[in-house]
Amino acid sequence: MDVVLRHWSAFTDGMTTTLELTALSFAGALLIGIVVAAMRVSPVPVLRGVGTVYVESFQNTPLLVLLVLFVFGLPEVGVIFPLFTTAVIAIALYEAAYIAEAVRSGINTVPVGQAEAARAIGLGFGQSLRLVILPQALRAVVQPIGNILIALTMNTSLAAAVGVVDLTAAANRVNLLEAQPIPVFVGAGLGYMAVCALVGLLTNLIERKVAIVR
Amino acid sequence: MNSVPRSSVASAFMVEAQAINKSFGRTKVLTDVTLNVGAGEVVVLIGPSGAGKSTFCRCLNRLENVDSGRVLLDGEELPAEGRGLARLRAEVGMVFQQFNLFAHKTVLQNVALGPVRVKRLPARQAEEEALALLDRVGIADKAGHYPAQLSGGQQQRAAIARALAMRPKVMLFDEPTSALDPEMVNEVLDVMVDLARDGMTMVVVTHEMGFARRAADRVVFMADGRIVESADPESFFTAPQTERARDFLSKVLSH
Repeated sequence: MDVVLRHWSAFTDGMTTTLELTALSFAGALLIGIVVAAMRVSPVPVLRGVGTVYVESFQNTPLLVLLVLFVFGLPEVGVIFPLFTTAVIAIALYEAAYIAEAVRSGINTVPVGQAEAARAIGLGFGQSLRLVILPQALRAVVQPIGNILIALTMNTSLAAAVGVVDLTAAANRVNLLEAQPIPVFVGAGLGYMAVCALVGLLTNLIERKVAIVR
Repeated sequence: MNSVPRSSVASAFMVEAQAINKSFGRTKVLTDVTLNVGAGEVVVLIGPSGAGKSTFCRCLNRLENVDSGRVLLDGEELPAEGRGLARLRAEVGMVFQQFNLFAHKTVLQNVALGPVRVKRLPARQAEEEALALLDRVGIADKAGHYPAQLSGGQQQRAAIARALAMRPKVMLFDEPTSALDPEMVNEVLDVMVDLARDGMTMVVVTHEMGFARRAADRVVFMADGRIVESADPESFFTAPQTERARDFLSKVLSH
């Protein structure tokens, strides 16, 4: 493994980029996902339709295709972001579709009676959702969202294919110099595993912390 | 086409349901149900299962959409949706069979939520009032507990406090004791009787004939989606006018 140690700074730089990519795109995906889930349960048919189209289109497109489209397509129509930002946007939009479906299933776990009780005291749809439904729905889907975050962490490696120098790209570069694919990619793989294991632990912790007394 | 336009003067009735019709799919559950409830009046709806009592009760704050007919609260018509509906709903308290307390909030938070978020009361004032209400229904010591930590009777009393916290003009009770263990029925009924004595306008769907006798100003008997009979409790229970009501009473009062 001394090939990894020799190129240690390349690996840590790559890891930093991977962590940034993961954190930013997850934050975006969570935000967009909750909004899309809310749209899918709203009483307004147009919003429900838009939400459904969103989920169906982003969930059913390969992330690599999205990355290529965003990175090489957007500049064609005059929208130019830095490469890293473009990758964050593409990953966030893609993962948001999965988050939205997880959150929607969480919404379905909240008894209808509580939504009725919320309306009966005069809360509007948005207030009922924000104050009564979502706080319980999100608690119910901590584990699935943790799983999505783990998948997202590994999905960020696709950004290497469009030129983002993340952990995977760093490993690739080191390998081009050293031609030792096994230790180089096992090293990178251990990096991903460590991050994902941490996410898993955190998920369990959060799930226990926010559990509702039943 | 000669209908008289409603005057804008406040109505003599607190709740007016006018010719409510409602179907679930092909099943007609309410047929031309009209009911006026005066201020301070306690109306108890009774009747066999499937008579449409609960559905009618839910129509009164439009938790259930109606196919036709109007519902007026203190002379003001409830719109089908939107902010106007939410505003009027805030003035109608509702108590459900299954309590429907918010599971992630403490009892105190359950009660204070509406006043803070709908009536925009300062949090402190809302909590003080909530505590006073919990004291009134006898569960002030449970303020910091979560709903799942309470017995059914306590949960239902908390739900009553939550509805009262909005200072409603009328309280709707949809079979409030039907999901309770027998020994907890009375603690809830006692709260309701007190409420009736204090002059609250109430519409109560129940199978508790004792409550109807004790607290009702008027008993409304429903069957097959229609109001069949309406009378003061004394005359209804001693001398029902219709065969349907006699038949029903003979079944529920036989032992």
